[in-house]
Amino acid sequence: MLGFFVGEMIHSLFLINLSGDIFLEKHWKSVVGRSVLDYFFEAKEKAVNPEDVAPVLQTPHHYLISIYRGKIFFLAVIQTEVPPLFVIEFLHRVADTFQDYFGECSENVIKDNLVIVYELLEEMLDNGFPLATESNVLKEMIRPPTILRSVVNTLTGGTNVGDMLPTGQLSNIPWRRAGVKYTNNEAYFDVIEEIDAILDKSGTTVFAEIQGVIEACVKLTGMPDLTLSFMNPRLLDDVSFHPCVRFKRWESERVLSFIPPDGNFTLMTYHVSSQNLVAIPIYVKQNISFFETGSCGRLDITIGPKQTMGKTVEGLMVTVPMPKAVLSVNLTASQGNFTYDLATKVLVWDIGKLNPQKLPNLKGSLSVQAGAPKPEENPALNINLKIQQVAISGLKVNRLDMYGEKYKPFKGVKYVTKAGKFQVRT
Amino acid sequence: MSTGPLYNDQGGADTAVEAGQESTPTTSSAGAAFGLFSTDFKKNEDLKEMLESNKESLKLEAMKRVVGLIAKGKTASELFPAVVKNVASKNIELKKLVYVYLVRYAEEQQDLALLSISTFQRALKDPNQFIRASALRVLSSIRVPIIVPIMMLAIKEAASDMSPYVRKTSAHAIQKLYSLDPEQKEQLIEVIEKLLKDKSTLVAGSVVVAFEEVCPDRIDLIHKNYRKLCNLLVDVEEWGQVVIISMLTRYARTQFISPWKEGAAFDENSEKTFYDSDHEEKKDQTEAKPYIMDPDHRLLLRNTKPLLQSRNTAVVMSVAQLYWHLAPKQEVSIVTKSLVRLLRSHREVQYIVLQNIATMSIQRKGMFEPFMKSFYVRSTDATHIKTLKLEILTNLANEANISTILREFQTYVKSQDKAFAAATIQAIGRCATNISEVTDTCLNGLVLLLSNRDETVVAESVVVIKKLLQTQPTQHSEIIKHMAKIFDNITVPMARASILWLMGEYCEKVPKIAPDVLRKMAKSFTTEEDIVKLQIVNLAAKLYLTNSKQTKLLTQYILNLGKYDQNYDIRDRTRFIRQLIVPSEKSGALNKYARRILLAPKPAPVLESAFKDRDRYQLGTLSHSLNTKATGYQELPDWPSEAPDQSVRNVEVIEPVKEWAPLVGKVKQPKSDQKFYSDEEDEKEEGGSESSGSEDDSSSSSSSSGSSSEESGSESDEESSEASEKTSSDSGKSSSESEESSSESDSEQNKKNKTKKVAQKRSKPAAVNSDSDKNGNGPVADATSEESSSSSESDSEEDSDSDAPTVQKKKNDVKSKPKEGVKSKKEVSLLDLDDFSPAPVNNTPKSAFVSSSLLSDLEGLSLSNVSPTIQVNTPSFGPIKTHELLHHMTGKGLSAKYHFPRQPCLYQPSMVAVQVILTNSSDHSLEEIHIGSRNPANLNIHCFNTVERLEPGASVTVSMGIDFSDSTQAANFQLCTKEDQFNVSIQPAVGELLMPSTMTEQDFCKEQGKLLGMNETSKTITMATATTSRQAVNKQVLSVANIGVVSCGLDNIHRFAGRTVSSGALVLLSVEMKETSCGLLTINTEKSVMASMLLRDLTHALAQS
Repeated sequence: MLGFFVGEMIHSLFLINLSGDIFLEKHWKSVVGRSVLDYFFEAKEKAVNPEDVAPVLQTPHHYLISIYRGKIFFLAVIQTEVPPLFVIEFLHRVADTFQDYFGECSENVIKDNLVIVYELLEEMLDNGFPLATESNVLKEMIRPPTILRSVVNTLTGGTNVGDMLPTGQLSNIPWRRAGVKYTNNEAYFDVIEEIDAILDKSGTTVFAEIQGVIEACVKLTGMPDLTLSFMNPRLLDDVSFHPCVRFKRWESERVLSFIPPDGNFTLMTYHVSSQNLVAIPIYVKQNISFFETGSCGRLDITIGPKQTMGKTVEGLMVTVPMPKAVLSVNLTASQGNFTYDLATKVLVWDIGKLNPQKLPNLKGSLSVQAGAPKPEENPALNINLKIQQVAISGLKVNRLDMYGEKYKPFKGVKYVTKAGKFQVRT
Repeated sequence: MSTGPLYNDQGGADTAVEAGQESTPTTSSAGAAFGLFSTDFKKNEDLKEMLESNKESLKLEAMKRVVGLIAKGKTASELFPAVVKNVASKNIELKKLVYVYLVRYAEEQQDLALLSISTFQRALKDPNQFIRASALRVLSSIRVPIIVPIMMLAIKEAASDMSPYVRKTSAHAIQKLYSLDPEQKEQLIEVIEKLLKDKSTLVAGSVVVAFEEVCPDRIDLIHKNYRKLCNLLVDVEEWGQVVIISMLTRYARTQFISPWKEGAAFDENSEKTFYDSDHEEKKDQTEAKPYIMDPDHRLLLRNTKPLLQSRNTAVVMSVAQLYWHLAPKQEVSIVTKSLVRLLRSHREVQYIVLQNIATMSIQRKGMFEPFMKSFYVRSTDATHIKTLKLEILTNLANEANISTILREFQTYVKSQDKAFAAATIQAIGRCATNISEVTDTCLNGLVLLLSNRDETVVAESVVVIKKLLQTQPTQHSEIIKHMAKIFDNITVPMARASILWLMGEYCEKVPKIAPDVLRKMAKSFTTEEDIVKLQIVNLAAKLYLTNSKQTKLLTQYILNLGKYDQNYDIRDRTRFIRQLIVPSEKSGALNKYARRILLAPKPAPVLESAFKDRDRYQLGTLSHSLNTKATGYQELPDWPSEAPDQSVRNVEVIEPVKEWAPLVGKVKQPKSDQKFYSDEEDEKEEGGSESSGSEDDSSSSSSSSGSSSEESGSESDEESSEASEKTSSDSGKSSSESEESSSESDSEQNKKNKTKKVAQKRSKPAAVNSDSDKNGNGPVADATSEESSSSSESDSEEDSDSDAPTVQKKKNDVKSKPKEGVKSKKEVSLLDLDDFSPAPVNNTPKSAFVSSSLLSDLEGLSLSNVSPTIQVNTPSFGPIKTHELLHHMTGKGLSAKYHFPRQPCLYQPSMVAVQVILTNSSDHSLEEIHIGSRNPANLNIHCFNTVERLEPGASVTVSMGIDFSDSTQAANFQLCTKEDQFNVSIQPAVGELLMPSTMTEQDFCKEQGKLLGMNETSKTITMATATTSRQAVNKQVLSVANIGVVSCGLDNIHRFAGRTVSSGALVLLSVEMKETSCGLLTINTEKSVMASMLLRDLTHALAQS
């Protein structure tokens, strides 16, 4: 029968942990046997890291598309042509929803909340096509668990499923439900910027860019219509918005005009125009060397402030994935603590605050497996840091106005700069 | 089936008081069902009891455990009878869990499943739309063939439901029914046709999914709905957008003619001319054969563009593929930035996007070249991500950027991930063959790698060297000798085989070594791998032919060994070779030709991208990702040669969307108004609460009134929506005034891209025109096309603070240093920069705009452990001020505005770059807009190219350069059209005559020391309190002057450095904060007139916040 093999987007979903146990499966159509996963397990065996498993795999009758989040593989079984990004994006949305509901997305949490997870999956897909993926809508249908509620539920036999049916899905503002009420009306915006950079041996910037995100927490009564404007919108080079943002207003006036979802959401993400040079807040002086003979090596890292905009660098942390041949380290840190994980060969130096008067230094010797050849490449240093109260690009929110409601909300904007993928080659 | 009637009973009674009613029938039915299934499943017995109890909480608890079993993949089918009874429960959660169970097991227990059907049938009539929808959802998910007629009926009914949510569910149900019984196709198509006409954004996505699965070939169903779908698109939910866009891509490919020029002149594969000639060609063609795009085609492109800003990566990708497959070639590049943005998303997203970019970058290097650095590999990337990035970098390599890329590759070769290092070596090989300038450098680098400690690296190098030598069969005996030397240390079979092959192929170039190698191989023959053995036999045969005196015995010995080898391939080969080369009476005619057979010149292997043929699949598809045709993949149809009838898309009143063919630059699109919250549903549902919100949204008010009249649902719908379409486009046209201002911000945003484009367009003509230019445009005339192309390259990365003389200095430094530096480090260095600096740097400081990134890289080479060089951060904040050049009243419709983009001028370093936005506000098109005579006559202006034609309402941004000779005297010139001439003048603010300069604090103090006395101007100023922070001061100063920030240790001093554009005189500026509102402003420069003017401007700026 020709044309019988009509598909659906996502046929089945399997959740698999690192050791290869399938701890949840859900089928939206007929049941697909677990044997289809053999192809996946084969690929997983071959891969050194779980990240190395190819996201798209082919089997004789199915296609397997998987993502890896929170030490779990979310694997979707597909039967027909479908844009792979469609599936990947959806799987991430599922993981995001779990995160949103349970505070984290891990095997234990999913196992503990199996029924809610199942109910969520049921609402998120119909016949393999996404149905309700907006967190505001889902939360109206299935309430997230809280300790109090679960106690009450066990005593009274109450449910997690909302009695009221969601209104949001019907309106053209699917992200916001009607009848929101707060006694304290507040709107907080966090401007978070991340510096992605590659510095070479000598500290020269090979590549650097700033990407930012505005996370919002809006708790406002009714149907507020917000307008947020920037002092210097020109800095924003490339942007992507939550669906609530009116794109036309942005195009013509460079302001964000939107009816916000209720609660936490990501308002926009942006990329700072590459015309502006990126200020690199710290410099790293390092010397890592391995000796040809004697099976040892030397490590000396110092970190100092560079362009910090007059603020303190906090949460400074250096992660060094050592070559496999490094057996142990014998180091002293002038500040903070360091750990060396013998299994993963990762050195983590947690420094904390950067004191410009007394620069943190880590130095000492590395012992290398006897007889092993000298590692060819020195390990790269991955840096984490945080600077409060400043957006490194200089982006500033100008003002936030509210229309459509009478009350005066409390408004707040916070700026944070962090290191994103910040790598120093050595 | 005793449960049947009992169950129905209960179903009938469920409106009555439930708890009491339920208990009696349940117990009895349980008994009956129990007998059938219980025996083997003792374990779940307690569940059954719980399900049959009359306490809701117990039932719920039991169902939760049952769902847990299902989730873990354990069977729970024996509980079906006990579960199915609860389908009519009042408890919503219980009911939902029962639904979950039902959908999972109905197929296995068809008879029992039928018991639940009546409950759903009843629910389909429920007044609550959600209950109707959910009943339909479950009913259609029960895969029991016998209920097909019931499903069909339910779907048809739901398709005309009042609630769009129910209609949406019915669209989903269509696919389910179709997969259950494809015979229903015709009836289902009728429903699809009906739902396609639906105007709700809720329904649109779902019905298109159904269309795609049931009848993707019925393109005729789309015609009438095409425009509506395009207009609704922005407001459809994100998943629906993906499906609609992909369907419309296919639709457009069958309905519109190709926007791509015949002869495919815009072929960027012809690597070298990317910058110069392409644009000219393109322009020529546009003029030669005006292609008029179907307005509907344009509508689609226009309405999908905003979706590039979606947060959903699948949506962005689908728009990107739509542009790739449908847009005119010059418009495709607007998707680049968004695709690059997706690279910051999750690893899996990166993987797919990189695959697509890899395919795109083969055909269109230029699209991604400016973003090259986004593809740099981090050691923490997953292996497949690394490999894809490498692939893209290789695709992007050209003469201009190869040095940067090779330097990057050099880092990768040393990676601990050996598979990746090997892939890098292959990539180097590909670069070497593609770009002849670097072949030798690469080859030398690879030879150095032969002494690497890692075997895979060595092996891969050998293989690549072999391929390279084959493509370059010149004098490479040294390399071959070297390889013979290291041969003993190489154990990887493929590498050994490659060396042996090389020996044999070029045995005449190494006459002494080859026989010796053969001797060694004869000894170790039996222990070699098969692939090596074959090559030994090969080598023996070739040597026998060229040097039989020395090798005859060796060859015979090897052939004898081969004759008794365990592998039949080797035995075969040996036998064949023996017959071929050893003359004997039996050997036939071939013997004579042995030499010609074995030593024939071999064609060189072609090293090409693994993604070369991927473009046969539509981008973004699963098939593209896998590089094989996936089940259900639909080929993207080719453009029709003749345009099909356009009128099929007309709906009642024929009123096509206004459209112009893009003749000059980027024609401003009429704002497609589209009320962002466009839909009528919105207005209906939200009623009063929404109206207050939309009041301030003035731009959408007219159109939303249009759509609210749509609401009446009469036949005039279409008319009014068409009308609103028209008004909106009209208003877009008439309000070109406001368009201008938006085009400015637009140009700000795209400034980088645009100036680059313009620069490319202009740069070549500049060289040509200069002969006729008698105004002392010496340097321009000198500029060869090569130079101009190199300067436009540097533009792509350049930052505004790169300053000519310093650059020159550094460049010189670098020239002297890296040689020692690199060599003494004893590292594998693939490149010695001076060997092939692709853009020869002119020695006159004026033309040396070297990209700063290259520069910083160069610095990196020379400085080993010196503390990192301080980089100057030049945030060019502050809004760009736009000035009026020509008002449209005086300009007879032509209006012009200008601003200083603060970028180095591409034409001549002594010029200040100016961008002019020309807008046609008249109702007729303007032709031949150009610059006429100037005053003073010796004013050195680099004119923009004549704009041949500017359509009404359109605007175009052009770049020009003006040499103000470091004075604020206005540049006067004429702006001419075909008919008229208008005198205009540009008067620069003094701050615009500067260029930022890179400088360390020490240098600053040193230079300041030299510029004292009469070269120093200072003044105590009062500052607004708001401007006392560092950022605020920087911002104010930068808004006045185009000058660079010097990082500074002290908190109360702010320093800035710059040079004048024309003469390059240093301008040093420092602001010392005294008390709260007092500051000392000092300017050190030879140009004292400029200093005092600057002082005046700055005092003013700093006093106000």
